[in-house]
Amino acid sequence: MKKNWLSKIYLILVLLFFYAPIAYVCIFSFNDSKSLSHFTGFSLEWYEKMFSNRTIMESIYYTVIIAIIATIVSTIVGTITAIGMSKSKRIIKESIEQVNNLPMLNPEIVTAIGFMLFFTSLNIELGFMTLLLAHIAFCIPYVILSVMPKLRQLDNNLAEAALDLGCTPLQALVKVIIPQIKPGIVAGALVAFTMSFDDFVISLFTTGPGINNISIYVYSNVKRINPTINALSTIIVLVITIVLVLVNVIPIIKERRGKKKNEKIMESNLI
Amino acid sequence: MKSFSRFTYPYILWMIIMICLPMLMIVFYAFTTQGNEVLTLQFTLDNFMRFFEDSIFPSVLWRSLKIAFITTLICIMIGYPCAYVISKLPGNKQSLMVLLITLPMWINMLVRTYAWRGMLNDSGLSNEMKVYIGMVYNFLPFMILQIHTSLSKMDQSLIAAAEDLGASKWQAFLKVTLPLSLPGVISGITLVFLPAVSSFFIPKLLGGGDFVLIGNLIESYFISTGDWNFGSAISLIMAVIILISMYITKKLDRQSKEVR
Repeated sequence: MKKNWLSKIYLILVLLFFYAPIAYVCIFSFNDSKSLSHFTGFSLEWYEKMFSNRTIMESIYYTVIIAIIATIVSTIVGTITAIGMSKSKRIIKESIEQVNNLPMLNPEIVTAIGFMLFFTSLNIELGFMTLLLAHIAFCIPYVILSVMPKLRQLDNNLAEAALDLGCTPLQALVKVIIPQIKPGIVAGALVAFTMSFDDFVISLFTTGPGINNISIYVYSNVKRINPTINALSTIIVLVITIVLVLVNVIPIIKERRGKKKNEKIMESNLI
Repeated sequence: MKSFSRFTYPYILWMIIMICLPMLMIVFYAFTTQGNEVLTLQFTLDNFMRFFEDSIFPSVLWRSLKIAFITTLICIMIGYPCAYVISKLPGNKQSLMVLLITLPMWINMLVRTYAWRGMLNDSGLSNEMKVYIGMVYNFLPFMILQIHTSLSKMDQSLIAAAEDLGASKWQAFLKVTLPLSLPGVISGITLVFLPAVSSFFIPKLLGGGDFVLIGNLIESYFISTGDWNFGSAISLIMAVIILISMYITKKLDRQSKEVR
Protein backbone atom coordinates (compact mmCIF):
# COMPACT_ATOMS: atom_id res chain seq x y z
CA MET A 1 0.00 0.00 0.00
CA LYS A 2 2.83 2.32 0.92
CA LYS A 3 4.43 1.78 -2.47
CA ASN A 4 1.25 2.73 -4.27
CA TRP A 5 1.17 5.97 -2.35
CA LEU A 6 4.77 6.79 -3.26
CA SER A 7 4.21 6.17 -6.95
CA LYS A 8 1.20 8.49 -6.94
CA ILE A 9 3.26 11.28 -5.42
CA TYR A 10 5.94 10.63 -8.03
CA LEU A 11 3.45 10.97 -10.90
CA ILE A 12 2.05 14.16 -9.41
CA LEU A 13 5.56 15.61 -9.15
CA VAL A 14 6.29 14.81 -12.80
CA LEU A 15 2.99 16.39 -13.87
CA LEU A 16 3.79 19.44 -11.72
CA PHE A 17 7.12 19.73 -13.52
CA PHE A 18 5.29 19.67 -16.86
CA TYR A 19 2.50 22.06 -15.98
CA ALA A 20 4.04 24.52 -13.51
CA PRO A 21 5.75 26.73 -16.13
CA ILE A 22 2.62 26.73 -18.30
CA ALA A 23 0.48 27.79 -15.34
CA TYR A 24 3.08 30.38 -14.39
CA VAL A 25 2.95 32.01 -17.82
CA CYS A 26 -0.86 32.00 -17.81
CA ILE A 27 -1.03 33.63 -14.37
CA PHE A 28 1.53 36.32 -15.17
CA SER A 29 -0.23 37.19 -18.41
CA PHE A 30 -2.83 38.87 -16.14
CA ASN A 31 -0.27 40.78 -14.11
CA ASP A 32 -0.67 44.54 -14.23
CA SER A 33 3.05 45.29 -14.05
CA LYS A 34 5.94 44.23 -16.23
CA SER A 35 7.43 42.04 -13.51
CA LEU A 36 7.73 38.30 -14.09
CA SER A 37 8.27 37.50 -10.43
CA HIS A 38 5.83 39.68 -8.46
CA PHE A 39 2.14 39.56 -9.10
CA THR A 40 0.95 43.09 -8.38
CA GLY A 41 -2.64 43.02 -9.57
CA PHE A 42 -5.06 41.77 -12.16
CA SER A 43 -5.29 43.44 -15.55
CA LEU A 44 -5.94 42.64 -19.19
CA GLU A 45 -3.38 45.18 -20.34
CA TRP A 46 -1.11 42.64 -22.07
CA TYR A 47 -4.00 41.11 -23.98
CA GLU A 48 -4.99 44.55 -25.26
CA LYS A 49 -1.38 45.21 -26.24
CA MET A 50 -1.18 41.84 -27.96
CA PHE A 51 -4.30 42.30 -30.06
CA SER A 52 -3.24 45.79 -31.10
CA ASN A 53 0.29 44.62 -32.01
CA ARG A 54 0.42 44.19 -35.77
CA THR A 55 3.57 42.06 -35.81
CA ILE A 56 2.01 39.51 -33.46
CA MET A 57 -1.24 39.38 -35.40
CA GLU A 58 0.69 38.95 -38.65
CA SER A 59 2.84 36.19 -37.17
CA ILE A 60 -0.29 34.31 -36.07
CA TYR A 61 -1.75 34.75 -39.55
CA TYR A 62 1.40 33.43 -41.26
CA THR A 63 1.69 30.49 -38.87
CA VAL A 64 -1.89 29.39 -39.51
CA ILE A 65 -1.98 29.99 -43.26
CA ILE A 66 1.34 28.18 -43.83
CA ALA A 67 0.29 25.28 -41.62
CA ILE A 68 -2.97 24.92 -43.57
CA ILE A 69 -1.43 25.07 -47.05
CA ALA A 70 1.52 22.87 -46.09
CA THR A 71 -0.85 20.30 -44.56
CA ILE A 72 -3.11 20.14 -47.62
CA VAL A 73 -0.26 19.90 -50.13
CA SER A 74 1.87 17.47 -48.13
CA THR A 75 -1.09 15.21 -47.35
CA ILE A 76 -2.06 14.94 -51.02
CA VAL A 77 1.50 14.47 -52.30
CA GLY A 78 2.42 12.12 -49.46
CA THR A 79 -0.64 9.92 -49.92
CA ILE A 80 -0.23 9.67 -53.69
CA THR A 81 3.46 8.87 -53.31
CA ALA A 82 2.81 6.25 -50.64
CA ILE A 83 0.23 4.55 -52.88
CA GLY A 84 2.70 4.62 -55.74
CA MET A 85 5.42 3.20 -53.49
CA SER A 86 3.22 0.29 -52.43
CA LYS A 87 2.91 -0.73 -56.07
CA SER A 88 6.57 -0.13 -56.98
CA LYS A 89 9.46 -2.54 -57.20
CA ARG A 90 11.20 -3.24 -53.93
CA ILE A 91 14.41 -1.43 -54.85
CA ILE A 92 12.58 1.75 -55.81
CA LYS A 93 10.40 1.60 -52.72
CA GLU A 94 13.32 1.10 -50.38
CA SER A 95 15.46 3.81 -51.91
CA ILE A 96 12.59 6.29 -51.67
CA GLU A 97 12.16 5.30 -48.03
CA GLN A 98 15.87 5.84 -47.34
CA VAL A 99 15.99 9.32 -48.87
CA ASN A 100 12.62 10.17 -47.33
CA ASN A 101 14.02 9.38 -43.87
CA LEU A 102 16.93 11.79 -44.28
CA PRO A 103 15.12 14.97 -43.15
CA MET A 104 13.80 13.13 -40.09
CA LEU A 105 17.18 11.67 -39.10
CA ASN A 106 19.13 14.84 -39.75
CA PRO A 107 19.28 17.45 -37.02
CA GLU A 108 16.72 20.13 -37.88
CA ILE A 109 19.35 22.82 -38.10
CA VAL A 110 21.22 20.89 -40.80
CA THR A 111 18.04 20.50 -42.88
CA ALA A 112 17.35 24.18 -42.33
CA ILE A 113 20.71 25.49 -43.53
CA GLY A 114 20.50 23.09 -46.48
CA PHE A 115 17.28 24.80 -47.57
CA MET A 116 18.78 28.23 -46.97
CA LEU A 117 21.89 27.54 -49.05
CA PHE A 118 19.76 25.93 -51.75
CA PHE A 119 17.30 28.82 -52.06
CA THR A 120 19.90 31.56 -51.96
CA SER A 121 22.19 29.90 -54.49
CA LEU A 122 19.24 29.68 -56.89
CA ASN A 123 18.75 33.40 -56.26
CA ILE A 124 15.28 32.82 -54.83
CA GLU A 125 14.56 35.60 -52.39
CA LEU A 126 13.83 34.28 -48.91
CA GLY A 127 10.25 35.01 -47.87
CA PHE A 128 6.77 33.55 -47.83
CA MET A 129 7.31 31.17 -50.78
CA THR A 130 10.57 29.68 -49.49
CA LEU A 131 9.04 29.29 -46.01
CA LEU A 132 6.05 27.48 -47.50
CA LEU A 133 8.20 25.25 -49.75
CA ALA A 134 10.40 24.29 -46.82
CA HIS A 135 7.38 23.46 -44.67
CA ILE A 136 5.86 21.30 -47.40
CA ALA A 137 9.22 19.57 -47.83
CA PHE A 138 9.59 18.58 -44.19
CA CYS A 139 5.92 17.60 -43.79
CA ILE A 140 5.71 15.12 -46.69
CA PRO A 141 8.03 12.52 -45.09
CA TYR A 142 5.79 12.36 -42.00
CA VAL A 143 2.66 11.86 -44.13
CA ILE A 144 4.33 9.04 -46.07
CA LEU A 145 5.51 7.51 -42.81
CA SER A 146 1.98 7.38 -41.39
CA VAL A 147 0.22 6.24 -44.59
CA MET A 148 2.66 3.43 -45.45
CA PRO A 149 1.72 1.05 -42.57
CA LYS A 150 -1.97 1.28 -43.54
CA LEU A 151 -1.09 0.38 -47.13
CA ARG A 152 0.93 -2.57 -45.89
CA GLN A 153 -2.11 -3.87 -44.00
CA LEU A 154 -4.32 -3.38 -47.06
CA ASP A 155 -5.59 -6.55 -48.69
CA ASN A 156 -4.39 -6.47 -52.30
CA ASN A 157 -7.29 -8.68 -53.37
CA LEU A 158 -9.78 -5.91 -52.60
CA ALA A 159 -8.46 -3.66 -55.36
CA GLU A 160 -8.17 -6.65 -57.71
CA ALA A 161 -11.78 -7.55 -56.98
CA ALA A 162 -12.89 -4.00 -57.77
CA LEU A 163 -11.04 -4.20 -61.08
CA ASP A 164 -12.62 -7.56 -61.87
CA LEU A 165 -16.02 -6.11 -61.16
CA GLY A 166 -15.46 -3.46 -63.81
CA CYS A 167 -13.87 -0.55 -61.94
CA THR A 168 -11.25 1.49 -63.73
CA PRO A 169 -7.96 1.67 -61.77
CA LEU A 170 -8.83 5.25 -60.79
CA GLN A 171 -12.24 4.18 -59.46
CA ALA A 172 -10.59 1.35 -57.54
CA LEU A 173 -8.21 3.87 -56.04
CA VAL A 174 -10.90 6.34 -54.97
CA LYS A 175 -13.56 3.85 -53.89
CA VAL A 176 -11.50 1.05 -52.42
CA ILE A 177 -7.93 1.99 -51.54
CA ILE A 178 -8.38 5.52 -50.18
CA PRO A 179 -11.29 4.74 -47.83
CA GLN A 180 -9.26 1.84 -46.44
CA ILE A 181 -6.20 3.94 -45.64
CA LYS A 182 -8.14 6.98 -44.43
CA PRO A 183 -7.05 6.69 -40.76
CA GLY A 184 -3.42 6.83 -41.88
CA ILE A 185 -4.09 9.86 -44.07
CA VAL A 186 -5.86 11.70 -41.23
CA ALA A 187 -3.05 10.88 -38.79
CA GLY A 188 -0.50 12.06 -41.34
CA ALA A 189 -2.35 15.33 -41.89
CA LEU A 190 -2.52 15.92 -38.13
CA VAL A 191 1.20 15.32 -37.70
CA ALA A 192 1.96 17.57 -40.68
CA PHE A 193 -0.18 20.36 -39.25
CA THR A 194 1.40 20.28 -35.81
CA MET A 195 4.93 19.97 -37.24
CA SER A 196 4.34 23.02 -39.39
CA PHE A 197 2.51 24.98 -36.68
CA ASP A 198 5.25 24.40 -34.11
CA ASP A 199 8.25 24.69 -36.37
CA PHE A 200 10.94 27.10 -35.41
CA VAL A 201 14.39 26.06 -36.62
CA ILE A 202 13.59 25.50 -40.30
CA SER A 203 11.38 28.60 -40.40
CA LEU A 204 14.10 30.79 -38.92
CA PHE A 205 16.52 29.93 -41.72
CA THR A 206 14.11 29.94 -44.65
CA THR A 207 12.08 33.07 -43.98
CA GLY A 208 12.81 36.57 -45.18
CA PRO A 209 12.37 40.03 -43.71
CA GLY A 210 8.85 40.83 -42.53
CA ILE A 211 7.59 37.25 -42.62
CA ASN A 212 7.51 35.82 -39.10
CA ASN A 213 5.70 32.93 -37.51
CA ILE A 214 4.82 32.70 -33.83
CA SER A 215 8.05 30.87 -32.91
CA ILE A 216 10.25 33.40 -34.66
CA TYR A 217 8.36 36.25 -33.01
CA VAL A 218 8.89 34.73 -29.57
CA TYR A 219 12.55 34.04 -30.31
CA SER A 220 13.33 37.56 -31.46
CA ASN A 221 11.43 39.24 -28.62
CA VAL A 222 12.57 37.41 -25.50
CA LYS A 223 15.69 39.49 -24.99
CA ARG A 224 13.64 42.18 -23.25
CA ILE A 225 10.97 41.42 -20.67
CA ASN A 226 7.82 41.38 -22.73
CA PRO A 227 4.62 40.21 -21.03
CA THR A 228 2.66 40.34 -24.29
CA ILE A 229 4.37 37.00 -25.01
CA ASN A 230 2.72 35.67 -21.83
CA ALA A 231 -0.67 36.70 -23.23
CA LEU A 232 0.14 35.13 -26.60
CA SER A 233 1.32 31.91 -24.89
CA THR A 234 -1.84 31.76 -22.78
CA ILE A 235 -4.02 31.98 -25.87
CA ILE A 236 -2.01 29.27 -27.63
CA VAL A 237 -2.28 27.01 -24.57
CA LEU A 238 -6.02 27.65 -24.38
CA VAL A 239 -6.68 26.92 -28.08
CA ILE A 240 -4.57 23.75 -28.06
CA THR A 241 -6.19 22.44 -24.87
CA ILE A 242 -9.68 23.02 -26.31
CA VAL A 243 -8.79 21.33 -29.60
CA LEU A 244 -7.17 18.35 -27.85
CA VAL A 245 -10.09 17.90 -25.48
CA LEU A 246 -12.52 18.04 -28.40
CA VAL A 247 -10.45 15.58 -30.43
CA ASN A 248 -10.41 13.19 -27.49
CA VAL A 249 -14.00 13.66 -26.37
CA ILE A 250 -15.85 13.73 -29.71
CA PRO A 251 -15.09 10.11 -30.63
CA ILE A 252 -16.38 9.01 -27.19
CA ILE A 253 -19.63 10.97 -27.62
CA LYS A 254 -20.02 9.69 -31.17
CA GLU A 255 -19.50 6.14 -30.00
CA ARG A 256 -22.17 6.56 -27.30
CA ARG A 257 -24.61 8.10 -29.75
CA GLY A 258 -23.89 5.32 -32.21
CA LYS A 259 -24.64 2.80 -29.48
CA LYS A 260 -27.93 4.54 -28.63
CA LYS A 261 -28.90 4.63 -32.29
CA ASN A 262 -28.16 0.95 -32.62
CA GLU A 263 -30.20 0.25 -29.52
CA LYS A 264 -33.11 2.22 -30.93
CA ILE A 265 -32.92 0.39 -34.22
CA MET A 266 -32.80 -2.88 -32.34
CA GLU A 267 -35.82 -1.85 -30.28
CA SER A 268 -37.85 -0.81 -33.32
CA ASN A 269 -36.94 -4.09 -34.98
CA LEU A 270 -38.15 -5.97 -31.96
CA ILE A 271 -41.45 -4.13 -32.01
CA MET B 1 -2.58 -1.43 -60.57
CA LYS B 2 1.11 -1.67 -61.50
CA SER B 3 0.73 1.63 -63.33
CA PHE B 4 0.26 3.32 -59.95
CA SER B 5 4.00 3.01 -59.45
CA ARG B 6 4.22 6.07 -61.70
CA PHE B 7 2.67 8.04 -58.85
CA THR B 8 6.09 8.13 -57.22
CA TYR B 9 7.80 9.98 -60.10
CA PRO B 10 6.85 13.53 -59.06
CA TYR B 11 8.03 12.93 -55.51
CA ILE B 12 11.27 11.33 -56.67
CA LEU B 13 11.98 14.50 -58.61
CA TRP B 14 10.96 16.61 -55.58
CA MET B 15 13.24 14.58 -53.30
CA ILE B 16 16.20 15.10 -55.60
CA ILE B 17 15.58 18.86 -55.64
CA MET B 18 14.41 19.49 -52.08
CA ILE B 19 16.27 16.82 -50.08
CA CYS B 20 19.38 15.71 -51.96
CA LEU B 21 20.45 19.02 -53.48
CA PRO B 22 20.29 21.00 -50.19
CA MET B 23 22.42 18.30 -48.49
CA LEU B 24 24.94 18.45 -51.34
CA MET B 25 24.98 22.23 -51.03
CA ILE B 26 26.16 21.94 -47.42
CA VAL B 27 28.96 19.57 -48.42
CA PHE B 28 29.85 21.85 -51.32
CA TYR B 29 30.00 24.96 -49.14
CA ALA B 30 32.00 23.15 -46.46
CA PHE B 31 34.75 22.27 -48.93
CA THR B 32 35.04 25.59 -50.76
CA THR B 33 36.38 29.03 -49.97
CA GLN B 34 34.32 32.11 -49.44
CA GLY B 35 33.07 34.12 -52.42
CA ASN B 36 31.38 31.46 -54.46
CA GLU B 37 31.84 32.52 -58.05
CA VAL B 38 32.00 29.70 -60.56
CA LEU B 39 35.28 30.99 -61.99
CA THR B 40 37.13 31.58 -58.73
CA LEU B 41 35.85 28.45 -57.07
CA GLN B 42 38.48 26.79 -54.88
CA PHE B 43 38.24 23.56 -53.04
CA THR B 44 39.81 23.57 -49.62
CA LEU B 45 40.00 21.80 -46.29
CA ASP B 46 40.67 25.06 -44.45
CA ASN B 47 37.20 25.19 -42.90
CA PHE B 48 37.76 21.87 -41.18
CA MET B 49 41.35 22.72 -40.18
CA ARG B 50 40.09 25.94 -38.64
CA PHE B 51 37.56 24.01 -36.58
CA PHE B 52 40.07 21.65 -35.04
CA GLU B 53 43.02 24.04 -34.74
CA ASP B 54 41.13 26.59 -32.69
CA SER B 55 40.71 25.50 -29.10
CA ILE B 56 37.23 27.03 -28.76
CA PHE B 57 35.33 24.99 -31.34
CA PRO B 58 36.20 21.46 -30.20
CA SER B 59 35.42 22.49 -26.62
CA VAL B 60 31.99 23.78 -27.69
CA LEU B 61 31.38 20.49 -29.51
CA TRP B 62 32.49 18.56 -26.42
CA ARG B 63 30.21 20.65 -24.20
CA SER B 64 27.22 20.02 -26.51
CA LEU B 65 27.83 16.28 -26.48
CA LYS B 66 28.25 16.28 -22.70
CA ILE B 67 25.04 18.23 -22.12
CA ALA B 68 23.08 16.04 -24.52
CA PHE B 69 24.47 12.92 -22.83
CA ILE B 70 23.62 14.08 -19.31
CA THR B 71 20.16 15.26 -20.45
CA THR B 72 19.52 11.81 -21.89
CA LEU B 73 20.64 10.16 -18.64
CA ILE B 74 18.38 12.38 -16.53
CA CYS B 75 15.48 11.69 -18.90
CA ILE B 76 15.97 7.93 -18.47
CA MET B 77 16.24 8.23 -14.69
CA ILE B 78 13.09 10.33 -14.34
CA GLY B 79 11.23 8.84 -17.31
CA TYR B 80 11.66 5.13 -16.68
CA PRO B 81 10.02 5.02 -13.21
CA CYS B 82 7.32 7.35 -14.49
CA ALA B 83 6.53 5.16 -17.50
CA TYR B 84 6.66 2.09 -15.28
CA VAL B 85 4.17 3.52 -12.79
CA ILE B 86 1.86 4.63 -15.61
CA SER B 87 1.95 1.18 -17.22
CA LYS B 88 0.72 -0.33 -13.93
CA LEU B 89 -2.35 1.94 -13.78
CA PRO B 90 -5.81 0.70 -14.83
CA GLY B 91 -6.69 1.28 -18.51
CA ASN B 92 -8.65 4.52 -18.46
CA LYS B 93 -6.30 6.21 -15.97
CA GLN B 94 -3.42 5.09 -18.12
CA SER B 95 -4.74 6.80 -21.23
CA LEU B 96 -5.53 9.92 -19.21
CA MET B 97 -1.92 10.06 -17.97
CA VAL B 98 -0.59 9.54 -21.50
CA LEU B 99 -2.82 12.39 -22.68
CA LEU B 100 -1.62 14.63 -19.84
CA ILE B 101 1.99 13.95 -20.78
CA THR B 102 1.37 14.48 -24.49
CA LEU B 103 -0.56 17.71 -24.02
CA PRO B 104 2.40 20.00 -23.25
CA MET B 105 4.19 18.61 -26.32
CA TRP B 106 1.54 20.18 -28.52
CA ILE B 107 2.37 23.61 -27.23
CA ASN B 108 5.08 25.36 -29.17
CA MET B 109 8.56 24.44 -27.86
CA LEU B 110 9.65 28.06 -27.81
CA VAL B 111 6.65 29.12 -25.80
CA ARG B 112 7.32 26.34 -23.27
CA THR B 113 10.99 27.22 -22.98
CA TYR B 114 10.08 30.86 -22.63
CA ALA B 115 7.76 29.86 -19.78
CA TRP B 116 10.74 28.61 -17.78
CA ARG B 117 12.54 31.91 -18.23
CA GLY B 118 10.11 33.75 -16.03
CA MET B 119 10.18 31.04 -13.38
CA LEU B 120 13.96 30.69 -13.28
CA ASN B 121 14.70 34.38 -13.57
CA ASP B 122 15.30 35.04 -9.89
CA SER B 123 16.10 31.49 -8.88
CA GLY B 124 19.83 32.02 -8.60
CA LEU B 125 20.59 28.80 -10.46
CA SER B 126 23.66 28.70 -12.69
CA ASN B 127 23.10 29.10 -16.42
CA GLU B 128 24.15 25.51 -17.00
CA MET B 129 21.50 24.26 -14.56
CA LYS B 130 18.85 26.33 -16.31
CA VAL B 131 19.83 24.83 -19.67
CA TYR B 132 19.58 21.33 -18.18
CA ILE B 133 16.10 22.08 -16.83
CA GLY B 134 14.99 23.43 -20.22
CA MET B 135 16.39 20.42 -22.09
CA VAL B 136 14.89 17.82 -19.74
CA TYR B 137 11.57 19.67 -19.80
CA ASN B 138 11.43 19.67 -23.61
CA PHE B 139 12.59 16.12 -24.22
CA LEU B 140 11.36 14.10 -21.23
CA PRO B 141 7.87 13.42 -22.73
CA PHE B 142 9.48 11.61 -25.69
CA MET B 143 11.37 9.32 -23.33
CA ILE B 144 8.32 8.58 -21.13
CA LEU B 145 6.08 7.84 -24.12
CA GLN B 146 8.61 5.56 -25.82
CA ILE B 147 9.29 3.53 -22.67
CA HIS B 148 5.58 3.42 -21.84
CA THR B 149 4.74 2.01 -25.29
CA SER B 150 7.22 -0.83 -24.93
CA LEU B 151 6.16 -1.54 -21.32
CA SER B 152 2.46 -1.60 -22.13
CA LYS B 153 3.01 -3.97 -25.06
CA MET B 154 4.67 -6.42 -22.70
CA ASP B 155 2.92 -9.67 -21.83
CA GLN B 156 2.12 -9.33 -18.09
CA SER B 157 1.91 -13.08 -17.65
CA LEU B 158 5.68 -13.26 -18.17
CA ILE B 159 6.22 -11.52 -14.83
CA ALA B 160 3.72 -13.80 -13.14
CA ALA B 161 5.57 -16.76 -14.64
CA ALA B 162 8.91 -15.46 -13.35
CA GLU B 163 7.44 -15.00 -9.88
CA ASP B 164 5.90 -18.46 -9.96
CA LEU B 165 9.30 -19.84 -10.79
CA GLY B 166 10.69 -18.29 -7.62
CA ALA B 167 12.00 -14.92 -8.73
CA SER B 168 11.62 -12.06 -6.28
CA LYS B 169 9.83 -8.91 -7.51
CA TRP B 170 13.17 -7.22 -8.02
CA GLN B 171 14.63 -10.21 -9.88
CA ALA B 172 11.57 -10.41 -12.12
CA PHE B 173 12.02 -6.75 -12.95
CA LEU B 174 15.73 -7.07 -13.69
CA LYS B 175 15.47 -10.28 -15.72
CA VAL B 176 12.13 -9.85 -17.50
CA THR B 177 10.73 -6.32 -17.51
CA LEU B 178 13.94 -4.39 -18.01
CA PRO B 179 15.32 -6.36 -20.99
CA LEU B 180 11.89 -6.33 -22.68
CA SER B 181 11.62 -2.55 -22.33
CA LEU B 182 15.13 -1.84 -23.67
CA PRO B 183 13.97 -1.16 -27.27
CA GLY B 184 11.74 1.59 -25.88
CA VAL B 185 14.63 3.06 -23.92
CA ILE B 186 16.83 2.98 -27.01
CA SER B 187 14.31 4.74 -29.25
CA GLY B 188 13.81 7.19 -26.40
CA ILE B 189 17.55 7.84 -26.38
CA THR B 190 17.58 8.68 -30.09
CA LEU B 191 14.59 10.99 -29.65
CA VAL B 192 16.27 12.84 -26.77
CA PHE B 193 19.98 12.80 -27.58
CA LEU B 194 19.77 13.91 -31.22
CA PRO B 195 17.67 17.05 -30.79
CA ALA B 196 19.55 17.87 -27.57
CA VAL B 197 22.95 17.94 -29.33
CA SER B 198 21.81 20.38 -31.97
CA SER B 199 19.40 22.47 -29.90
CA PHE B 200 20.19 26.15 -30.00
CA PHE B 201 17.19 28.05 -28.68
CA ILE B 202 17.18 26.37 -25.27
CA PRO B 203 20.72 27.56 -24.42
CA LYS B 204 19.96 30.92 -25.98
CA LEU B 205 16.72 31.46 -24.04
CA LEU B 206 17.83 29.99 -20.72
CA GLY B 207 21.62 30.08 -20.76
CA GLY B 208 21.92 33.83 -20.73
CA GLY B 209 23.84 34.93 -23.84
CA ASP B 210 27.27 33.47 -23.10
CA PHE B 211 26.29 29.81 -22.98
CA VAL B 212 27.23 28.55 -26.44
CA LEU B 213 26.51 25.10 -27.85
CA ILE B 214 27.29 23.77 -31.32
CA GLY B 215 23.84 24.76 -32.62
CA ASN B 216 24.39 28.36 -31.50
CA LEU B 217 27.73 28.37 -33.33
CA ILE B 218 26.09 27.25 -36.55
CA GLU B 219 23.29 29.78 -36.16
CA SER B 220 25.71 32.66 -35.55
CA TYR B 221 27.87 31.77 -38.56
CA PHE B 222 24.83 31.74 -40.82
CA ILE B 223 22.74 34.55 -39.44
CA SER B 224 25.09 37.10 -37.90
CA THR B 225 28.61 36.50 -39.28
CA GLY B 226 27.60 35.35 -42.74
CA ASP B 227 30.52 32.93 -43.06
CA TRP B 228 28.46 30.18 -44.66
CA ASN B 229 31.42 28.03 -45.63
CA PHE B 230 32.68 27.67 -42.09
CA GLY B 231 29.10 27.28 -40.83
CA SER B 232 28.56 24.44 -43.31
CA ALA B 233 31.76 22.74 -42.16
CA ILE B 234 30.59 22.86 -38.53
CA SER B 235 27.18 21.42 -39.46
CA LEU B 236 28.83 18.68 -41.48
CA ILE B 237 31.03 17.71 -38.52
CA MET B 238 27.97 17.64 -36.27
CA ALA B 239 25.91 15.62 -38.76
CA VAL B 240 28.70 13.02 -39.06
CA ILE B 241 29.01 12.67 -35.28
CA ILE B 242 25.25 12.25 -34.98
CA LEU B 243 25.15 9.65 -37.77
CA ILE B 244 27.90 7.68 -36.03
CA SER B 245 26.08 7.75 -32.70
CA MET B 246 22.84 6.68 -34.42
CA TYR B 247 24.71 3.79 -35.97
CA ILE B 248 26.06 2.72 -32.58
CA THR B 249 22.62 2.90 -30.91
CA LYS B 250 21.09 0.89 -33.75
CA LYS B 251 23.76 -1.75 -33.27
CA LEU B 252 23.11 -1.84 -29.53
CA ASP B 253 19.42 -2.20 -30.27
CA ARG B 254 20.06 -5.16 -32.52
CA GLN B 255 22.31 -6.74 -29.90
CA SER B 256 19.72 -6.31 -27.18
CA LYS B 257 17.20 -8.03 -29.43
CA GLU B 258 19.58 -10.88 -30.22
CA VAL B 259 20.27 -11.53 -26.54
CA ARG B 260 16.63 -12.21 -26.12
